Amino acid sequence: MYHRFDAVIVGAGGAGLMAAAQLAGKCNVAVITKLYPVRSHTGAAQGGIAAALANVEEDHWIWHMFDTVKGGDYLVDQDAAEVLAREAIDAIIELEHWGFPFNRLPDGRIDQRRFGGHTRNFGEAPVRRSCYAADRTGHMILQTLYQQSIKNQVVFFDEFMMLDLLLTDDGVCTGVVALDVETGEFHVFHAKAVLLATGGYGRVFKVTSNALSLTGDGVAIVFRRGLPLEDMEFYQFHPTGIYKLGILLSEACRGEGGILRNGLGERFMERYAPTLLDLAPRDVVSRSIYHEIREGRGVEGKDYVYLDLTHLPKEVIETKLADNTDFVRTYLGLDPVVDPIPIQPTAHYAMGGIPTDVDGRVTVDAQNTPVPGLYAAGECACVSVHGANRLGTNSLVDLVVFGRRAGKHMLQFVQENDLHPLPKEPDYRARAEVEWILENEGQEKVATIRAELQEAMMADASVFRTGDGLRRMQDKLVELRNRFTRITIDDRSRTFNTDLVEAIELGYLLDCAEAIVACALAREESRGAHYREDFPQRDDANWLKHTLVTRTSGGLELSYKPVIITRFQPKERTY
Amino acid sequence: MQVTLRIQRFNPETDTKPHYQEYTVEVEPTDRVLDALNQVKWYQDGSLTYRRSCAHGICGSDAMRINGRNRLACKVLIKDLGPKITIEPLLGFKVIKDLVVDLEPFFAQYRTVMPYLINDEPPPTRERLQTPEERELIEDTSKCILCACCTSACPIFWTTEWLGPAAIVNGHRFLFDSRDRATEERLAVLNQRFGVWRCRTIFNCTEACPRGIQVTHAIEQVKRRILFEQS
Repeated sequence: MYHRFDAVIVGAGGAGLMAAAQLAGKCNVAVITKLYPVRSHTGAAQGGIAAALANVEEDHWIWHMFDTVKGGDYLVDQDAAEVLAREAIDAIIELEHWGFPFNRLPDGRIDQRRFGGHTRNFGEAPVRRSCYAADRTGHMILQTLYQQSIKNQVVFFDEFMMLDLLLTDDGVCTGVVALDVETGEFHVFHAKAVLLATGGYGRVFKVTSNALSLTGDGVAIVFRRGLPLEDMEFYQFHPTGIYKLGILLSEACRGEGGILRNGLGERFMERYAPTLLDLAPRDVVSRSIYHEIREGRGVEGKDYVYLDLTHLPKEVIETKLADNTDFVRTYLGLDPVVDPIPIQPTAHYAMGGIPTDVDGRVTVDAQNTPVPGLYAAGECACVSVHGANRLGTNSLVDLVVFGRRAGKHMLQFVQENDLHPLPKEPDYRARAEVEWILENEGQEKVATIRAELQEAMMADASVFRTGDGLRRMQDKLVELRNRFTRITIDDRSRTFNTDLVEAIELGYLLDCAEAIVACALAREESRGAHYREDFPQRDDANWLKHTLVTRTSGGLELSYKPVIITRFQPKERTY
Repeated sequence: MQVTLRIQRFNPETDTKPHYQEYTVEVEPTDRVLDALNQVKWYQDGSLTYRRSCAHGICGSDAMRINGRNRLACKVLIKDLGPKITIEPLLGFKVIKDLVVDLEPFFAQYRTVMPYLINDEPPPTRERLQTPEERELIEDTSKCILCACCTSACPIFWTTEWLGPAAIVNGHRFLFDSRDRATEERLAVLNQRFGVWRCRTIFNCTEACPRGIQVTHAIEQVKRRILFEQS
């Protein structure tokens, strides 16, 4: 089927719906989503969304900007960080006016709480900057934005999976191809502008907080079309995933006063971050946990430590951390009011992704040349406001600030530009891919290859990396890719074929993993979430630059682009 | 431990009516039912079809009937069910395939309650004020994840046309929001023939809610609000 729209948004999480809110009623816009909109993973975000409202104590957007830059180990583009910190305030107020149910102060203003890496006066002490709705802030953002979409009568294509991005030979975006999962039909969406808001790719790792559907679809498709990806080596592990399951326990647990303890009962963060302690940024805390485990100070010598909330008032645990309490009771059979909680770092957030400028325009080179008509926002994009490590709460800020900016710029773009003709047979690649998977006869199982990928990435490309491990991972990827050509699936039907969907998704995961590993192997330094045991120091002289990785016929090509530094010169990063 | 899953199957391309199929899987007692389903799909029969995403009870994708009760497959553990588990699609919706049902009628009902804040007064430059006590009134109903467990557990929903618990919960969420100004319009929707009065306080919805929302209580609050506002 053929559809024509001014603007098409792929993904119905926070970034996609925020952009839709700017476009609805002003041009002809559609949202394509692999799930139902309210199922998007923005809904799993818990602890809060930062903005220097200064409702509880003194705060300034420039402090937020500084924390973001320092938190990202100075790989952050500072023009983007300034936009993030300044516009966060407006975005929060806009969400509130749309009905977001923030927790409140007694005088009726929005309450704020502490979060990792957010400080007063350039690092002096933790500051109350995170606005929140109990521990379901992301859920309320998703609900509020979906509510606005209904109010604005946004057109949704639910359970449509993007298969291809349409670009002309001279590099203009003209639309996308998607599969209607329910019917198995192919749909071509012809549009003046496309926004990719497809989320992250945490499912490349074994232990992750990410939903099963987070397979890097948009990132991989852009990569396949020969466009570059940025800073793919920077992948964040959140310190507190439920042991073995990876289910996220919010940083808000520590924001409300929770403490990490090793097997000896020690508050070990005193050793690694004497000022911010348990509220140091995530890369620092995750590495510290692994250090303790390696030194034999895990609980019972095993590979986990405790998140201890038992000293907090029961009322705080039950009301401000209600969902977290429910997770612990449901999945561990423990009660956080009296029991310490076994946790381990869990793959959580991609700092890298599709390079964009501050208006969400996808860019292709070190000069930030935009692709006409193509936009990206949210976790799939790299603005870059998170640099080498994202601060807690800043993902939600990123969604609303840059989703909004992308939407506004798209509106201007579709008003000023005509529809470009589609390439001939626009869906041939998508059809070929689906037919191949449906008809392929081999001995390999999708689930087996995926499990091996996740296991190997966890071992060799997660929190600690070495040249040897990354090279081993490269070899493993060659093997897995080879085996992927011999997959066979059980379900050959057209109707709601999730066997097919998972096979397509595995292809995307392999692409993402390949990009991560190539970039990580090249970067011979340690910065933020990228820690090379063979190069443990940050090396600004050689590596204060963004990585760009492009797929060419000759393999992956790496190039670099400068970091934009405006206000804060790189300094040693201690907490 | 070994468990047997007895799963209702239906492929519209080959079947005229649903049938049951049994699978035996090796799982840990602390595994989720979703983990057992994944075991089947990934290693035994890839054609088994169900929705799932977050796998920890937040996204609402994997609502289904598990041993006769509406649950999220990711929020119920094997150890709480025993060695034989029957899994069926939600009742009251058209089955698309296996455990996947057509939720469009559910979302259509949700849309009728105008599930968005309505307030045409010019907003202040900063946030609208709302006291913690006012905010508390919508704490429970704003937790809804629209999984449809409540609505499809309701016998009234199986037999009669009516809004259903989830739509009313979302109506409640705005009706009791101190910032909302559309009380009259909302009550008109909820007071119609297919509105709150079809509720017979059976409490199936409250038992089914994976978020622990006091659904029946919320419906009763709306009923009282209609009586109070109109008297």
